[in-house]
Parts: sequence; structure tokens; C-alpha cells
Amino acid sequence: MRESTIMKIHYGTALAAVALVAVHILMRMTMNFADSLEYETVLANYKFIPYAIMLELILVLLSIHGFNGLRVILLELKQGRTYEKAVSYGCLAAMFALIAYGSRTIIMTNMGMV
Amino acid sequence: MAQVSDVADNQSSQTKTLRIARYNPEKNSEKQFMEFSVPVEKWTTVLETILNVKQHQDHSVGVRYSCRQATCGSCGMIINGKPRLACFTKVSELDSDVVTVEPMNNFPIIRDLAVKFERLFDTHHKIKPYLDRDDTELESDAKEFLQSPEELEQYIQFANCIKCGLCNSACPTMATDSSFVGPQALAQAYRYVADSRDKGKDSRLKIIDESHGIWRCHFAGSCSQVCPKGVDPAMGIQLLRGYMLGFRS
Repeated sequence: MRESTIMKIHYGTALAAVALVAVHILMRMTMNFADSLEYETVLANYKFIPYAIMLELILVLLSIHGFNGLRVILLELKQGRTYEKAVSYGCLAAMFALIAYGSRTIIMTNMGMV
Repeated sequence: MAQVSDVADNQSSQTKTLRIARYNPEKNSEKQFMEFSVPVEKWTTVLETILNVKQHQDHSVGVRYSCRQATCGSCGMIINGKPRLACFTKVSELDSDVVTVEPMNNFPIIRDLAVKFERLFDTHHKIKPYLDRDDTELESDAKEFLQSPEELEQYIQFANCIKCGLCNSACPTMATDSSFVGPQALAQAYRYVADSRDKGKDSRLKIIDESHGIWRCHFAGSCSQVCPKGVDPAMGIQLLRGYMLGFRS
């Protein structure tokens, strides 16, 4: 993928994440902070599908943005064909792993496994 | 009146300490500084003090220079911590009794103050620093490529680049990323992309659209701060990004 395409995705995910995290914070402000972290409240959030989709989207957006940012930092730290390939594929793998782990929590909750 | 003028000239003459970084990569393991006392007038440039040292005190000081009028871009060096042209920097404007000169950062050192320009010239050459089009104004029946003042205004400041390398020396990304294209080449890429006579925009943008290309600029702006010709590479890079993000065509 061209670097400009990657950076467009990088900027796009940042803007979208800011918007969605703002909505997420507003939703959390409907109750006090301690209550919003109650076990039952968290489960209820995950079971409310529109909200769960939004949390999943935030996870995906921040994972893409964050791991591309890490890739950029690591590329500037050291250069070399093998190193750069390892960094790119490593960040991609870590990104998918994080998304899979986060999604697993939401899916397990909705399947009644928690 | 002549006597009064002589007295005034003598009063303006001062002695300053010139600290020169000495380093020969074939002999030394690290850089060392040598101090010299040099006479300076209010119009004396740093290059003149270095040449004074070479002439009267130590002829082995390694320095590159040529035009002495900020045109050739040969005498770039770090003067009192900032990348500057030695021929374009007066000792009096430094406002210091000690003038420290070092080789430019982010360049391999040949000896003392002289650095290798290969990387600068390679990246400059890489972005195709010429008008890229199939036809030519040299054809017998063709007219010259006309350009309006407004079209000229789009790039003219970037045409003032003298390839002195001061911007690359000041760039923080150049310090860590050995493959980064650098502000000099990127500013020149913009200079030709913005030229209405040029037809090679797409190929030029493709060259700089790589993992160590234009996107590694963090807009520190130090390149624009140090340019002795008033070029603003940081702005050129941002304008170039505009083309790549689709804000400019």
C-alpha cells in the first residue's frame, strides 16, 4: 500500500476516533464515574448492540491509528529492509491481535458466556 | 578627516576567540576543539576568520568554501550552535566573544568543517530537479513556455535554493532517519510540482510517496529557520502534502 494511502487512513481514523470517543464520554456522563464501571453496567453496555458496535469501532479505529503511529516511530528509529518489513508486519499482526482480543470480550458477553 | 577615520577603524577592531572543531575520521576517534585568537572588524565574516587562521596560524584546518557571497552553498557549518553559511555570518552579529564552528550535523565528515554532500545531491537528483515534459521550447516552430506572474509566484522562492544543506543539517528527522529524503529535496520537489510548465507531477509525487518520504516530516520548521536564502521548505512540504491528500491539484 502506498504511504499516502496509509497516512490518509491514519488521519481519517484519528478524526473518526475523536468523534466516537466524544460520544462515548458523553454516554458515560449520564451516570457518575463509579457507577459506570460497575460490572452489571459494563455488561449492559456490551449487550446494547448499537453501543457495542460503537465500542468495537473505537477499538478498530484506535488500533489502526495507534499501531501505524508505532510503525512510523520504529521506522524512524532504525532503518534496514529486514527491520522495516519486520516492523510493518509485526505492527499489523499486533493490531489484529488487539482487535481480536477486544472483540472477543464483546462477543462473549453477547453470547451469554460471561 | 582621514586620521579621524583611521582612529575610528582601529577602535572597531577587536580580538575574538575562534573555536574550531577538528576531526579526521581516518585518524581521530572523536571531535576536538582548537582555539585561536583572531582579529575581527565589524564587517568580518566567520569564513574570513577561519581563512585568517589558515593563513597565519594553522594551515591544516579543513574547510570548504568558494564564492564568499552566499551563492555557491559551500561553506555551511554550525556556528555557535546554529547551522549557517560562514560567508554570510558576520562575527559581530553573533554577539559573543567566542565563536564556535563545527561541521554540519546529519552529514558524514570529510575533515574538520568539510562534510560529504553525496546524500544531499542523491536525494536532490532523485526528485528529478528539472522540467519534466516531452516537448521542448528549443524546437524550431515552438514558442517559449509562457508563465504568468501568478504562476511564477507559486514556486519562485523555492528556486532560490543553493543546495547548501543547512536545512538538512537542522532537520530532526534527518538526525534519526538515515533514509529520509530531507527538506531540501522535498522543497525542490514542490518547486517543480508547482511549476506550471512541468508535466511530471505524478511521477515526482510517486517518488516522495514512500515510507521514508514526505510523510516522515514532523513539521518542526527548523529547516525554514536556518535557510540563508529565505526559502521555506517546511511550507513547501505542507503544500506538497496538499497535492497528495487531494486538497490541491
